[in-house]
Amino acid sequence: MSERITVVEKITQANDQVAELNRARLDEQRIFAMNLMASPGAGKTSLIERSLPLLSKEFRLGVIEGDMATSLDADRAAAAGAESVQINAASCHLDAPMVKQGLDELDLDNLDVVIVENVGNLICPASFALGTHKSVLIASVPEGDDKPYKYPKMYRGVEVLVINKIDLLPHVSFDMDYFRQGVEALNEGVITFPLSCKSGEGIEAWVEWVADSARERIGQA
Amino acid sequence: MHELPITQNVLEIALRHAEEAGGGKITNIYLVVGRLSAVVDKSVQFYWDIISEDTPAQGARLHFRHTPIQLECLDCGTFFEPEEMTYICTACGGIHIRVAGGDELCLEAIDVEQEEAAPAESGSKHP
Ligand SMILES: Nc1nc2c(ncn2[C@@H]2O[C@H](COP(=O)(O)OP(=O)(O)OP(=O)(O)O)[C@@H](O)[C@H]2O)c(=O)[nH]1
Ligand SMILES: [Mg+2]
Ligand SMILES: [Zn+2]
Repeated sequence: MSERITVVEKITQANDQVAELNRARLDEQRIFAMNLMASPGAGKTSLIERSLPLLSKEFRLGVIEGDMATSLDADRAAAAGAESVQINAASCHLDAPMVKQGLDELDLDNLDVVIVENVGNLICPASFALGTHKSVLIASVPEGDDKPYKYPKMYRGVEVLVINKIDLLPHVSFDMDYFRQGVEALNEGVITFPLSCKSGEGIEAWVEWVADSARERIGQA
Repeated sequence: MHELPITQNVLEIALRHAEEAGGGKITNIYLVVGRLSAVVDKSVQFYWDIISEDTPAQGARLHFRHTPIQLECLDCGTFFEPEEMTYICTACGGIHIRVAGGDELCLEAIDVEQEEAAPAESGSKHP
């Protein structure tokens, strides 16, 4: 005898539950956490390296690095002055249990801000909530202006968009209007920071946003 | 890509629901996969064959129901399927849109084959 059982359960439900626990823990510790997502090489680690010295004047920083195999990025973050842990994501994205593991390893009592560098990928990370407060997507000029059209889910799910490597705008064909039109359609009014980790242009505005978000979070009872 | 953890979750959810329904062999699995969720059927099937082995779900058939990308135009209210590489409303040309469907990723139902009920029960009803 065969029986049809109706399930209707989100496949990422188990992950989402752990993400909620991560969030509760961060809130309790009054830590502001953000999830940096991007394709490989867009400049996630570079942005962390650029931002840390500016942020560390006011905040105690921790970095969780999702890396396929090496600890290179974690070493770079540590060199830039953060307490860093590396999660060897045997996967193409970080999920909530991996971030939980990262939080376990960090000294949360002595941190104000946790930055998570997700694995370089524009598809998978969008499906896995981590429990962070803000999701940041780093696009970069050499990737091309069609990315919002190819990866709508990623562009739709973030609160902040960084457009990195603007120093390369004169050298590559990147139609900023076409790019922005795709972004606006999916995510109207998303906060956007065009910047260059190389020249430093635009970094201040971004850092100011991180600092404001962190102050708001930490100040909350 | 992300199909391995997804397939693991499918197995977990299916086994749990079968267990709650009194156990038995899982014969069919019905999945809803939106076009935006970027899940590749073949890849799920590949992992499924490996991880379902020696579980009550071994050999279950995976059924994929694909839902198209549905956009809603915020200017005129039309629902439409976008053309490649544009998000322009097919009715009014508007560019303010909301994603209304296509990012589903869920396990809809499973078929469970119970062990045959003991024949004694129907026999005992006869006088
Ligand atoms: N021209 C230019 N190059 C940059 C800029 N930012 C980063 N890069 C270069 O881009 C390359 C990749 O930078 P990373 O910061 O390692 O990128 P990532 O996103 O962390 O890469 P993965 O962790 O490997 O996915 C490096 O060679 C950087 O020097 C920029 O603003 N302009
Ligand atoms: Mg990196
Ligand atoms: Zn319209």
